[in-house]
Amino acid sequence: MRYHRVPLSAILRPLSRAALLYWSVLTLTFALLRMAPGDPTVFLLPPGASAADVTRLRNELGLDRSIAVQYARWVQESLGGATSVSFASRRPVRAVIADALPISLGLGVASLVLSFLVGTTVGLFQAARRGRPVDTLLTIVSVVLAASPAYWLGLGAIACFTYLASSWSLPLFLRLPAIGLNTPGAELHGLAYVADVVRHSILPVTLLAAIGAAGVARYVRSSALDAMGADWMRTARAKGASERSVYAKHLLANQRAPLLTLFALSLPGTVAGSVFVETIFAWPGMGRLMVTSIVARDYPVVMGCAATFAAVVIVANLAAEALLPWADPRMRESRT
Amino acid sequence: MGRSSHARVAHVSVTSRTERTALVMIGVLALAVVLVPALASRDPLRIDDVVARRLIAPFGSDAQGSWHILGTDRFGRDLFVRMMLAGRLSLLVGVIGSVFSGLLGTVLGALAGWNEGWVDRAITALADVLLALPRLVLLLVGVALWQPGLATILVVLVATGWMGTARLVRAEVLSLRERPFVPAAIALGGSSVRVLFRHVVPNALGPALVATTLGIGNAILLESGLSFLGLGIQPPAPSWGNMIAGGRDLLVVAPWVSLAPGIALVLTVVATTLLGDALRDRLAGEPVTTAREL
Repeated sequence: MRYHRVPLSAILRPLSRAALLYWSVLTLTFALLRMAPGDPTVFLLPPGASAADVTRLRNELGLDRSIAVQYARWVQESLGGATSVSFASRRPVRAVIADALPISLGLGVASLVLSFLVGTTVGLFQAARRGRPVDTLLTIVSVVLAASPAYWLGLGAIACFTYLASSWSLPLFLRLPAIGLNTPGAELHGLAYVADVVRHSILPVTLLAAIGAAGVARYVRSSALDAMGADWMRTARAKGASERSVYAKHLLANQRAPLLTLFALSLPGTVAGSVFVETIFAWPGMGRLMVTSIVARDYPVVMGCAATFAAVVIVANLAAEALLPWADPRMRESRT
Repeated sequence: MGRSSHARVAHVSVTSRTERTALVMIGVLALAVVLVPALASRDPLRIDDVVARRLIAPFGSDAQGSWHILGTDRFGRDLFVRMMLAGRLSLLVGVIGSVFSGLLGTVLGALAGWNEGWVDRAITALADVLLALPRLVLLLVGVALWQPGLATILVVLVATGWMGTARLVRAEVLSLRERPFVPAAIALGGSSVRVLFRHVVPNALGPALVATTLGIGNAILLESGLSFLGLGIQPPAPSWGNMIAGGRDLLVVAPWVSLAPGIALVLTVVATTLLGDALRDRLAGEPVTTAREL
């Protein structure tokens, strides 16, 4: 591995761009919150509350300060300084999000990694078998999967593997739980606890991964077909590389950079998918937290969730950008 | 060489076949959503004699002898008629949401590509900020702060859907700007705005058209997702999303209540995807790195 001297500006510039972007997102969400009609105190106080109650609550929430002070407080809170409090649970928003974030990250990362492994393999396989019945079949499956809403597939999966599994006498490992992250009340420790969590994760992770894999397979297939006539493919064959090695090594290496970009681009979609999957399977993650907070008009938590989602997307894009020179050597040259 | 040109020919014929299939699917659906609710013998929103009519299985008849091709829901309303009524809404949201965000994206992208300097920087920065928030999250914030309903969904869909098109059109305009026909049009006395929108933009519409067509499916999925969560179209008005939600606790007893609207939704999104892909093959051929938003 050759040593590459990376100039400091190559690190600082993307970082400062990301920081600026995050600050802009915070400003946008603050502006949206201020533009919204109505006064949050209306939803928070019981009907028939006195004017004094309203004044007290407005003071408590800081709504009586000037816009500038409220803005400064919002930015400070979002950067992890002071802590705002959930309207509904009276817990700090940071604590509420800290509970939910690992669950969503786990779900998202596991299903994304799985979807890229499966999707790339299927896409390359289809390209190698282009035009044959198996290619057509896989194309139909992936187009339909990519068009299916996660919540609808989730309901179908629950119907099959939870409700009907015993009447269909499916094997035990296919009778899966549909609700929550672990069996409530079961005092499990160590390996048994891990096995329980894995059992609860099978349906949600597989579901999200299948939808993601469909999109990846479609992309890999079409870009692999585009590379079919490339000179380097002919060279690889001419030097005696086996068909398997042409696809698995040369073609795959060529796809590394676009796949990395697609990985970062897929993250927002996975966030969205996890909103529905968490709702269906009652996982206490960020997506479900956001939906329940919207229903409860718990603005601080809604805004905290939005800011956290933005942070995840920005960090993922930054990481993808940093990894691009590793994925595609041509980008190492152009950087200096 | 012979093999690859043969493959290309085969590819083209497949493309036109899927294009025809997609157009037929969309045409049949559009016809059905207009005609079926209009010709239905009963108001699909009316609830009466729930016990006699509820949860009739597909192809079954109720006590009064009326026939229900897809059965009825828990309130005894005909599923097929409600599904087609919901289809009106979904198609409307998909097409309007996507066409207007396509238009907005084309105009903003053209302005950004044409004017170097602060206009370009401001539009690009706004697009970057909006892309940093997943679209569903922006939609959720929108319906959280304003009232859930058709107008909110459409406004937020358009406000959050233009960035992809804007980027594509900006890139096209940037390269078209250097072509000889631009100074020629200016030399003939065309104003800057006229040259941009009469001469340059029409040449940049291909990618915008593809992105808009592919955007219809995304818009439909987003609307039905919000309605499923109870944050979109509110019952009794039917939407594929809230109809699926309505069958959520009937999965074993009456699976058709959730199954039927889901199939309609999937077929519609598949048709728009196929149409978009066919358009892309025809117009550009470049595989674009796209990611599903939902």
